Amino acid sequence: MQASDRFNINSQLEHLQAKYVGTGHADLNRFEWAVNIQRDSYASYVGHYPILAYFAIAENESIGRERYNFMQKMLLPCGLPPEREDD
Amino acid sequence: MASLDQEIARVQEEKKKMEQQLASLNSVVYDTDLYGGTDRDAYVSSIPVNEDEDAMDAMDSEVARKLASYTAPKSLLKEMPRSGEEDDDMGFKKPQRIIDREDDYRRRRLNRVISPDRHDAFAAGDKTPDVSVRTYADVMREEALKREKEETLRAIAKKKKEEEEAAKGQEKDKEVAAAAAPKRRNRWDQAQDDGGAAAKKAKTDSDWDLPDSTPGIGRWDASPTPGRVSDATPSMGRRNRWDETPTPGRVADSDATPGAATPGATPAGMSWDATPKLAGMATPTPKRQRSRWDETPASMVSATPLPGATPAAAMTPGVTPLGGVDLATPTPGAINLRGAMTPEQYNLLRWERDIEERNRPLTDEELDAMFPQEGYKILEPPASYVPIRTPARKLLATPTPMGTPGYKIPEENRGQQFDVPKEGPGGLPFMKPEDYQYFGSLLNEENEEELSPEEQKERKIMKLLLKVKNGTPPQRKTALRQLTDKAREFGAGPLFNRILPLLMQPTLEDQERHLLVKVIDRVLYKLDELVRPYVHKILVVIEPLLIDEDYYARVEGREIISNLSKAAGLATMIAAMRPDIDNIDEYVRNTTARAFSVVASALGIPALLPFLKAVCQSKRSWQARHTGIKIVQQIAILIGCAVLPHLRSLVEIIEHGLNDENQKVRTITALSLAALAEASAPYGIESFDSVLKPLWKGIRSHRGKVLAAFLKAIGFIIPLMDALYASYYTKEVMVILIREFQSPDEEMKKIVLKVVKQCVSTEGVEADYIRNDILPEFFRNFWVRRMALDRRNYKQLVETTVEIANKVGVADIVGRIVEDLKDESEPYRRMVMETIEKVVANLGASDIDSRLEELLIDGILYAFQEQTSDDANVMLNGFGAVVNALGQRVKPYLPQICGTIKWRLNNKSAKVRQQAADLISRIAVVMKQCHEEQLMGHLGVVLYEYLGEEYPEVLGSILGALKAIVNVIGMTKMTPPIKDLLPRLTPILKNRHEKVQENCIDLVGRIADRGAEFVPAREWMRICFELLEMLKAHKKGIRRATVNTFGYIAKAIGPQDVLATLLNNLKVQERQNRVCTTVAIAIVAETCSPFTVLPALMNEYRVPELNVQNGVLKSLSFLFEYIGEMGKDYIYAVTPLLEDALMDRDLVHRQTAASAVKHMALGVAGLGCEDALIHLLNYVWPNIFETSPHVINAVMEAIEGMRVALGPAVVLNYCLQGLFHPARKVREVYWKIYNSLYIGAQDALVAAYPILEDEQNNVYSRPELMMFV
Repeated sequence: MQASDRFNINSQLEHLQAKYVGTGHADLNRFEWAVNIQRDSYASYVGHYPILAYFAIAENESIGRERYNFMQKMLLPCGLPPEREDD
Repeated sequence: MASLDQEIARVQEEKKKMEQQLASLNSVVYDTDLYGGTDRDAYVSSIPVNEDEDAMDAMDSEVARKLASYTAPKSLLKEMPRSGEEDDDMGFKKPQRIIDREDDYRRRRLNRVISPDRHDAFAAGDKTPDVSVRTYADVMREEALKREKEETLRAIAKKKKEEEEAAKGQEKDKEVAAAAAPKRRNRWDQAQDDGGAAAKKAKTDSDWDLPDSTPGIGRWDASPTPGRVSDATPSMGRRNRWDETPTPGRVADSDATPGAATPGATPAGMSWDATPKLAGMATPTPKRQRSRWDETPASMVSATPLPGATPAAAMTPGVTPLGGVDLATPTPGAINLRGAMTPEQYNLLRWERDIEERNRPLTDEELDAMFPQEGYKILEPPASYVPIRTPARKLLATPTPMGTPGYKIPEENRGQQFDVPKEGPGGLPFMKPEDYQYFGSLLNEENEEELSPEEQKERKIMKLLLKVKNGTPPQRKTALRQLTDKAREFGAGPLFNRILPLLMQPTLEDQERHLLVKVIDRVLYKLDELVRPYVHKILVVIEPLLIDEDYYARVEGREIISNLSKAAGLATMIAAMRPDIDNIDEYVRNTTARAFSVVASALGIPALLPFLKAVCQSKRSWQARHTGIKIVQQIAILIGCAVLPHLRSLVEIIEHGLNDENQKVRTITALSLAALAEASAPYGIESFDSVLKPLWKGIRSHRGKVLAAFLKAIGFIIPLMDALYASYYTKEVMVILIREFQSPDEEMKKIVLKVVKQCVSTEGVEADYIRNDILPEFFRNFWVRRMALDRRNYKQLVETTVEIANKVGVADIVGRIVEDLKDESEPYRRMVMETIEKVVANLGASDIDSRLEELLIDGILYAFQEQTSDDANVMLNGFGAVVNALGQRVKPYLPQICGTIKWRLNNKSAKVRQQAADLISRIAVVMKQCHEEQLMGHLGVVLYEYLGEEYPEVLGSILGALKAIVNVIGMTKMTPPIKDLLPRLTPILKNRHEKVQENCIDLVGRIADRGAEFVPAREWMRICFELLEMLKAHKKGIRRATVNTFGYIAKAIGPQDVLATLLNNLKVQERQNRVCTTVAIAIVAETCSPFTVLPALMNEYRVPELNVQNGVLKSLSFLFEYIGEMGKDYIYAVTPLLEDALMDRDLVHRQTAASAVKHMALGVAGLGCEDALIHLLNYVWPNIFETSPHVINAVMEAIEGMRVALGPAVVLNYCLQGLFHPARKVREVYWKIYNSLYIGAQDALVAAYPILEDEQNNVYSRPELMMFV
């Protein structure tokens, strides 16, 4: 960030954004972004009852089971994080 | 008036004629030799009967009338011309010195000594502390000694007094006198008596008198070493004026002079004895304007600490300006090196230099340049001429300046920097004279390498501090950051030894103190537990902030102490402050109590409770108990309702204080209970159970101050009780209260009133009881003229009476005081009126019967007419409130009221006229209710006739009254008819007075809104032009009303003409004016549909002028904001224009266009304009890399607007291309956009995320989305 940026409204904007989980930044890698996407997706499925019902029909599961599965999947949605190359 | 003048003129004419006839008869009437050749007509031939006539004539004259129309805020007109010395620094407000606004009590902070470091038990661990280190035990022992000494001194003084009385008339017993009261003795005698001491004194003196290039700092330790501590005790005897300004932290040293064992015999007196020759140079009459002694910085005072009767010495500049300044050429550099100089001396020198510069003799070159070359001859000086050789005169002569030939256009004085501090050597900021004693050593151009690392560190700290204190904002910022970053490296000791003495500087200003306190705050945070040994030092400096009158200083002080206690921990805080709790000085105890309350709120009350309990039960000294209880009071005041969880324990801790043997302790205990009850209201009565009994016993047994405090406590506890108990206890306490109604003590009166108010307002107290038992005594004792004289009494009485009225009803109260509206004392009448106003406003007038109503109106009319001054509008408000409350019942009195108003509208005093007009606007609504429309019409005509009013305040009120009438009776019935009224208002729009402008524009706007058809279009156009000027008004309300009026007028006469005017106005330079114009255009567009405005507006964009184009864009932006959904019909029309603007080189074009796009997008969301919006988004998008804050802000908002209108998926697609761009700068911007998109529409994005390919062991795909039934 430049020195001039530090005090203007945009820094406040970024500060505001940084308060939300799921927002990104310039150093975010593919894996981290994908994890966010997955979790958001599962949260959205769980949050919209009609979608949940639709998935339940498609998978022939109960709605409760679907919800439980989605919640479980939110733990490690993309598997373990890949090894960092450097740092 | 005019006819009278004519008549006088005629009579004078006749007289003159007769005189001429007489003169022709005997021509030697007027002796021109004797009286001079003046014409007798120049004399005034008639004497005005009274002075007023003069004033009237002056008002009639043309000049005066013109002058009267120039108005200015009253504060400026009324401002007294100030004396010259204050005007020296015109333009900027002189920074305020803290000491100037402090009272004597607060100034006692300077008496405190920055104590030496203390032992840190935590850091030392199990080690036995070094002997040289001060431990807690040492400090406590010292305190005890101090107290003992104090008591002994007091005993001695008492004995001495007794003996003196006994030995009155006899010879003094010298030994006793020398031991007990040297202050009373003549110092000259003492010096002669005591030869041995004089020699020693001479030695100490010489030390001071040495011209020292490094004054102050080098010589003294920042704080006295422990060895000297016993001398550091400031004794009571020292509290005279001379000792009030010693260098802070060095009091100890000044006392360390041998022979200063007896209090009062400060080295001050001695240095005077030792250098009596100084007196010869000074005038023996001390010239004391605003007690210069209090201002002089410390070192000067201690160098010449002369008692008031002693002649001023050479060092005091006001008396002998030159004597003291022993330098031939007082160049600034030399002054710097001289070190400690008073600001006065410095200013004097500056001034002197300036005068000398102007009065210096002209040089030959200058003379050559001044005179023509030919026609003049240079004469030889006469042989007898001898140039002045006297060294004294030579001193005054400054070196010859460079030639200044003739008149020269004055060059800008580069040296004169108005608000920028001057630079010192080596990039240091400018030092004020009083800073030299602290920072003087920085000016020694020593080689940094030669210094020891310690000294280098000190120098570095000093440099940074100076930059923080006096530097420019950037300097200050970097210095502050360096100090913070390196705090641990510098170490707590060196840092605080530098900072704290600065804070005790007597000439400190608010801003400087703020900055230094900020330094402490930052440093504290970094040092953390390292501050422990310095806690007391810091407290000594910070505690005074807690009782500062400036709110922000108090908050700052609290913050520091709170941080300090978090850094140092409770144990250290208690160890540091415990000794001060029973300090002999009340000031120290007071500030310590406040500091303790802050510690309690920072570390939690439970942590402090055991300690508080111990202190409050101290057997040894009542001071400790007093302070402990006071801490509880301060805690309650500071943290308010947060005391509730600890209420019971706090009450238990202090409850025994109610029966303390010391009266002061009893008082403070009651006050603390009051504070606790106030803080915890309306809960927590059960915690006070244990104190109820002692309190009730107390009010029966105590008298005076203690009783007042007890009553106060009860007053705050009663509202917490249940209705039943409250009524019982109220009856109990009321007996005492009624007895105390008669108390002559002011403080008691206030408390009694307050308690009555609190008791009466509780639920359980019945109206009958109040009516029968309280009211008679209450009115007999309090409703007397004397109560109206003191502002606080007055307020309290009104409040209490209103509270009583809430219980017993309007009729009882108003009936009792209504007669007093005709009292002869005006302040009393005002008090009555204010009470009636509040009571009637609260409870209405339905209780008031016809007889009372008559009395009331009669009284109010009397009081209203008899008032002489009414700055707070009490009478006016009262009148308005009563009339409005009575409503239709006023009808019979309205003719009388209107008669009064008309009479007063014609009054000579502007205030009276203004008030009459204000009254009309208050009662207009009621007049309508009473169907007195004819009367109102009549008043309208009367007001119309007064529109020529010259006083703007009055004119404003008259316009306001007209507005009220127009509002009530409507445009059609208005008399005078609108078509006559409005043309009369047009010229008034020119008036620059805020009140006139506001009322006038409101009235005009009202007419434009409701009755535009009564006025020809031409008149409206004229008004439009006047309105443009009003867009410059400072008050937002006026500008808003003006802009709205444009809308009404445009609606009335069609937008074309109005728009032309407005579009022209876009070309003006003033930004505010243009902004308001754009708003007006947008409003016109809204009221007359956009299609009437847009073509002209877009056409205007073709004018190749920055301001105009930006104005057009801005209007578009406002326009689309106002018209919202209507915009969907116009979006295609303006798109080409916006395209152009978004591609313009000018940043502001793009910025304004972006905000227009935003409003447009938000307005048409969901209305099927996506194609145009995507087109515009393509033009907006390339601007995302702008760095200017306003532009980037506008662009981001436009994209947000697009998110709403187009849906997040579209914008996400724009975003995806840059999220993983190889360049970080690009990624940063794209992620910012992504983030705002994400926050705005997280859920909606789920469907739009791209499909990511799986990697080795990571699954990124979202198979659920592929499911299909």
